[in-house]
Amino acid sequence: MSIDRIDPEFRAIPLTALADAALSRAHALGVEHADVRVERITSQSIDLRDGTVTGIVDAVIVGLAVRVIVDGTWGFASHVELTPERAAATAERAVEVARTLRPVALERVVRADEPVHAGAIWVSDYRIDPFAVVTRDKVELLTERSHRLLASDGVDHVRAGVSQVRENKFYADLAGTSTIQQRIRIGPSITATAVDRAAGGFETMRSLASPAGRGWEYLTGEGWDWDSELAVLPELLVEKTKAPSVDPGSYDLVIDPTNLWLTIHESVGHATEYDRAIGYEAAYAGTSFATPDKLGTLRYGSVHMHVTGDRTVPHGLATIGYDDDGVATTEWDLVRDGTLVGYQLDRTFAPRLGLGRSNGCAFADSPHHVPIQRMANVSLRPDPAVDRPTEDLIAGVERGIYVVGYRSWSIDMQRYNFQFTGQRFFRIEHGRLTGQLRDVAYQATTTDFWGSLDAVGGKSTWGLYGATNCGKAQPMQVAAVSHGCPSALFRRINVLNMRSERQ
Amino acid sequence: MSELVSQPWTQLKAQEIVERILALPDVGAGRVVIVSETSAAVLRWANSTMTTNGHTTSRAVSVIAMVAVVGGTAAGVVSSSAAVTHPTQLQDLVRAAEDAARGAGPARDAMPLPEPTGDDRTWADGAVQTSIGVYETFAEGLAEVLAGPQRHYGFASHEITTRWLGTSAGVRRRWAQPTGSVELNVKSPDLTGSAWTGASTADFADIDVVALAAQASARLGWGRRQVKLPAGRYETLLPPSAVADLMVYLAWSMAGRPAQEGRSALTGPDGPRTGERLTDLPLTLAADPFAAGFEYEPVLITTHSGDGISVFDNGAAIRRVEQVREGVIAELGYSRAEAVEFGTTFTPPGGNLLLTGGSAASPAEMVARTERGLLLTCLWYIREVDPTTLLLTGLTRDGVYLVEGGEVVAEVDHNFRFNFSPLDVLRRASEVGATERTLPREWKDWFTRAAMPPVRVPEFNMSSVSLGR
Repeated sequence: MSIDRIDPEFRAIPLTALADAALSRAHALGVEHADVRVERITSQSIDLRDGTVTGIVDAVIVGLAVRVIVDGTWGFASHVELTPERAAATAERAVEVARTLRPVALERVVRADEPVHAGAIWVSDYRIDPFAVVTRDKVELLTERSHRLLASDGVDHVRAGVSQVRENKFYADLAGTSTIQQRIRIGPSITATAVDRAAGGFETMRSLASPAGRGWEYLTGEGWDWDSELAVLPELLVEKTKAPSVDPGSYDLVIDPTNLWLTIHESVGHATEYDRAIGYEAAYAGTSFATPDKLGTLRYGSVHMHVTGDRTVPHGLATIGYDDDGVATTEWDLVRDGTLVGYQLDRTFAPRLGLGRSNGCAFADSPHHVPIQRMANVSLRPDPAVDRPTEDLIAGVERGIYVVGYRSWSIDMQRYNFQFTGQRFFRIEHGRLTGQLRDVAYQATTTDFWGSLDAVGGKSTWGLYGATNCGKAQPMQVAAVSHGCPSALFRRINVLNMRSERQ
Repeated sequence: MSELVSQPWTQLKAQEIVERILALPDVGAGRVVIVSETSAAVLRWANSTMTTNGHTTSRAVSVIAMVAVVGGTAAGVVSSSAAVTHPTQLQDLVRAAEDAARGAGPARDAMPLPEPTGDDRTWADGAVQTSIGVYETFAEGLAEVLAGPQRHYGFASHEITTRWLGTSAGVRRRWAQPTGSVELNVKSPDLTGSAWTGASTADFADIDVVALAAQASARLGWGRRQVKLPAGRYETLLPPSAVADLMVYLAWSMAGRPAQEGRSALTGPDGPRTGERLTDLPLTLAADPFAAGFEYEPVLITTHSGDGISVFDNGAAIRRVEQVREGVIAELGYSRAEAVEFGTTFTPPGGNLLLTGGSAASPAEMVARTERGLLLTCLWYIREVDPTTLLLTGLTRDGVYLVEGGEVVAEVDHNFRFNFSPLDVLRRASEVGATERTLPREWKDWFTRAAMPPVRVPEFNMSSVSLGR
């Protein structure tokens, strides 16, 4: 890929000189490994309420980080100043930290090998850099869409917004790998609210558009059909306000990718993180029921369940060319034929599973944070043989609910018990949709839920959805991640009524 | 693995950055500068060994430009963590903020910036630093704890954020905010039992880690007898940490505009529910910048606008706000512009949360008065399920204990998912004990300064069993 596509302001930083200064100083100090990261993270958020801007915030984070291994012990240091002198001094501090911690570090670091990737350049899939679009134009687009909804019957309030990030990352290590990467992500949102003052209640309906590894073109029709969705949003909202409240009980659920991605994130994505599985996150994010002793034997779900991890899918929020260990990214299996077969790893964890190579999950959210193992795009495969449409899944349900869009989510620290709500719930009777329901939440234990997976939709039902606010570690680091999935049919899932839960 | 970030190198001092930016020409309708410098020291441990330690400092400069535009005044905010080494960078920040403002168009929360309310004698002082040295005594105790027979996991964090606020209206205020907390998760060697204790602190001088670990170990001892219980409604003793997590969410949900516009649980058929009695217990939920040991900045400092908060209010004096007073919903949050719009009083957000009005009873005394009920440790993964009632879901974590005949008789060998509204915690509380300093476990990354009592809720909804331990 051409260097011309990398942001000129990032290219203007003396990246090679910084790397040479830090790596040569680290080498002279006798390290076994050293790597340098230089990052520049540019972001902008725009928020509107009822067609008026409530806030525009632009921010930039820059810095340089040096990580070393000395006598099997990690050392890390970072700085905001981007000069060769400071880079060398930062390397010295990292070595100092490693030497200080050597006596209290119980484990010696052993890392998987990785081929050298010299001079690699990688840029994510997008057409229009959002930071090349003038702010006024962005505001006008969001204002027009807000007014379009406000002008519709039954819509009393509208919130709209877009967050945009350009992440520039340079990595170089003593082995000879050096990479320059740029990725863009964008998170649009628009929500309509209907207020029923007489009843003292209100209801909302949000766009199903997800944050994505795309550019400004995502806001203008590429990857999402805004006009079609905005045209139906008000009537869906009005229908929802009049919909009957669900009878709690057991239902077959056909879950749309716009909802299922988050269930995958919580019940499979986090549960197959190796650092959680061995207790590193026990006091905070939690552990996992899917411990390494069950690898290859744990029945995670039915035979229809095939889940992969990847950092390669186009427009994926966790997609990148090379991770923060300098590892070329890839795709691999986490759950195959319903059985746990893999974990998300970095170069330190791979050897513990007896693997020769990392699958590329090292990531730091800032130049001032240490890379940790972070979530890949964790995705459910569509049916490989039949391109079964969602309608066919619905047709196979006697009494059920079609769940669309995500809203509330919660899962326990071992990733067993979860509860999710959604944006739109359609009653299924005798294989047909018969209007919306309100107040629906579904609750299950992870392995029971995936065990009840009866069918997956085909590739034409597949969609890529995700989040930009996944938190982990202390101090907390935030990461963006996508999940691809087809529509899927789950039998006999416990459905709650949110109103009666409160009684 | 270890983490260490050295001092940011800058030629310009914080006050100098503020003055230079405010001195740049064409202030327009107003200009606000916030320089924020954070010094943080952390210790993290897992499997009874240290994992991540470090000391970091970081600085961010934020410029808020107020610009006259067709139809009113607009605001734009630009923040940068880049080292400020050239005055031209400051010019770039102002230009970018003005561009953002012009792009935004007229703001509904536009107001003249507040006038200064007095001199800040600390204005010229530097940033307050913390260091790994803050853990000197703590680390000795922790070493003793980690050498014990149980498996230990946890995190200690101490940070001091110094902020300098300067506005074109003449405000010059500096505030150094210490924020500290420790969490200990103690597991039995076979990992079947898990307990937790946590505390918030300003300086770690009041933290006895050996005593905290002993409390957690004592709770592990309650696990010698294990029982299974079905989902259902249980009389539940919510400890102060759990009450804090529920009340923090309630406080965050008490903005005035949504209640005025009918899109909040604080809305009734006749508008905002202010004046509605929640309980006959004389409970008061308040944020108070002057509460001893829980202090936060006495003037408003913000880089964003939203419901109940506005960048145009930077420098406005902050006061004690009582969201619930003597059992009655009292004050909702309003920026100055919203106060004008809705004909009410400027009611700023708070940096602490205090629930008072209970008895002198300790959690142990409340256990002694319990015929049959559940004693919780803390709550986790709390999310809003129904915004119209503020119904929240979440899980119990690290210890649910069965109380019978006034004593803890067993540990429940699983957790529960709950569905309950914090409004209903106040409405249905049958007993409230003595308020104490506590750490809201769920929200501690954003909120640590809380003082809460233990609360008895007769029929807390444990919606389902979680096998998670």
